[in-house]
Amino acid sequence: MTTTLYTSDHEWLAIDGDIATVGITDYAQQQLGDVVFVELPKVGRTLKKAEAAAVVESVKAASDVYAPVTGEVLETNAELVAEPALVNSDAQGKAWFFKIKIADKSELGGLMDEAAYKAHTA
Amino acid sequence: MLAHDQDSLKRTPLYDLHVSLGGKMVPFAGYDMPVQYPAGVLKEHLHTRASAGLFDVSHMGQLRLLPKSGKVEDAARALERLVPQDIVAIAPGRQRYAQFTNADGGILDDLMVANFGDHLFLVVNAACKAEDEAHLRANLSGDCVIESLADRALIALQGPKAEAALAKLCAAAPAMKFMDAGPQEVAGIKCFVSRSGYTGEDGFEISVPAADAERLAKTLLENPDVLPIGLGARDSLRLEAGLCLYGHDIDTATTPVEAALEWSVQKSRRSGGARAGGFPGAEKILAHFDNGASRRRVGLRAEGRAPVREGALLFANDAGGEPIGQVTSGGFGPSLNAPVAMGYVPTNLSALGTKLFAEVRGQRLPLTVAAMPFVKNTYKR
Repeated sequence: MTTTLYTSDHEWLAIDGDIATVGITDYAQQQLGDVVFVELPKVGRTLKKAEAAAVVESVKAASDVYAPVTGEVLETNAELVAEPALVNSDAQGKAWFFKIKIADKSELGGLMDEAAYKAHTA
Repeated sequence: MLAHDQDSLKRTPLYDLHVSLGGKMVPFAGYDMPVQYPAGVLKEHLHTRASAGLFDVSHMGQLRLLPKSGKVEDAARALERLVPQDIVAIAPGRQRYAQFTNADGGILDDLMVANFGDHLFLVVNAACKAEDEAHLRANLSGDCVIESLADRALIALQGPKAEAALAKLCAAAPAMKFMDAGPQEVAGIKCFVSRSGYTGEDGFEISVPAADAERLAKTLLENPDVLPIGLGARDSLRLEAGLCLYGHDIDTATTPVEAALEWSVQKSRRSGGARAGGFPGAEKILAHFDNGASRRRVGLRAEGRAPVREGALLFANDAGGEPIGQVTSGGFGPSLNAPVAMGYVPTNLSALGTKLFAEVRGQRLPLTVAAMPFVKNTYKR
């Protein structure tokens, strides 16, 4: 059973047990425009919540993607590095950035569900 | 998203059209301008190189210098007191790129100067236009009447299909050559048309009375080959074309020689020329011509995919050492499908092929000094 939560910085987390798959939201990709470059964290790195974890760059500008929770990076999306435009075509699907092992589930308490995120971006 | 006070921003005569076309409006040089339309920067950029793009550049300043003597040569001689270019030699119906320089040899603004037969027509940058006008009034009022043409819009039509698109509305357009400029009727409207632009593509810049601007833009956009293009693609197009952006690649601290703009300073104004010197900062600028400058603007290509942006520090080695220069413009070149940048480096590290490094997020990324333009220009000479 997967639950999807959202941050106020426009990341999404699909949570399955103690593993979260992280990406940026469709709203975020619309704001960024055409994505031309993605830099992902190294597998094995331990990220602190709110730390800059990845970079997404459009023709216009570079933006940080923050770690939504503390934990170790388990896997990154090599397909996304090869084809950064996936962020524009499938932000909340194929364009996942990394998977993280959630160190402290209590950190999920501050995140939004879909309805709250929709209200946040309305 | 950056919040901005929409009320304090000026609007061009095409503002309502931008909004109706879905333009994403952002503040730029005091104006509310479209950074992109729904097509997006990437598609807008590629469309301009493949077909034709329409740009609203009405925020730029348009001025004319009317010689009090009635002889355009007197206006040209007067303007030569402020720029290192040969203005006298601009033939009627022709246009030239120029820079206003300061006493230190730096650049106050870059501009286009056209000879319209009995007066000079100038186009200057939006962010500098008030200072430029004051500068002209302070220095040239004895010889010229300086007229600000604030009631005119400026539309650029750029790309391989620009000529065919404009020809439908202006029969004289196809016969114009690169840097030809003068009054033309376009769709029955009295305009000033020049064959020039800021993309590296063939194309035109059309000065049109504000009241007729929307009608002209809409007529051009009826052509399916023509799409509206925002400031985002305007920047990536000019970067690929190796063209300077004032305030970034050139400013009051860069001389035309440091900026690799020697081609724009004619021999007549250099040491030994018929009208050598006589412009602000001539001593320093001519010394740079005669003895070389210690740094130079160069093009930079990256090996990887990561864009190297404005402000990135440049290094000679992959670790240690002091910065040797800085990137002044950089981003992703959609036509090259690769990062491109320009910046200043010591002259001894400015040769084509020189390997350098840019610091991006704490890492040194390899770069190579590369020829500009990055994308071959297609001007109709």
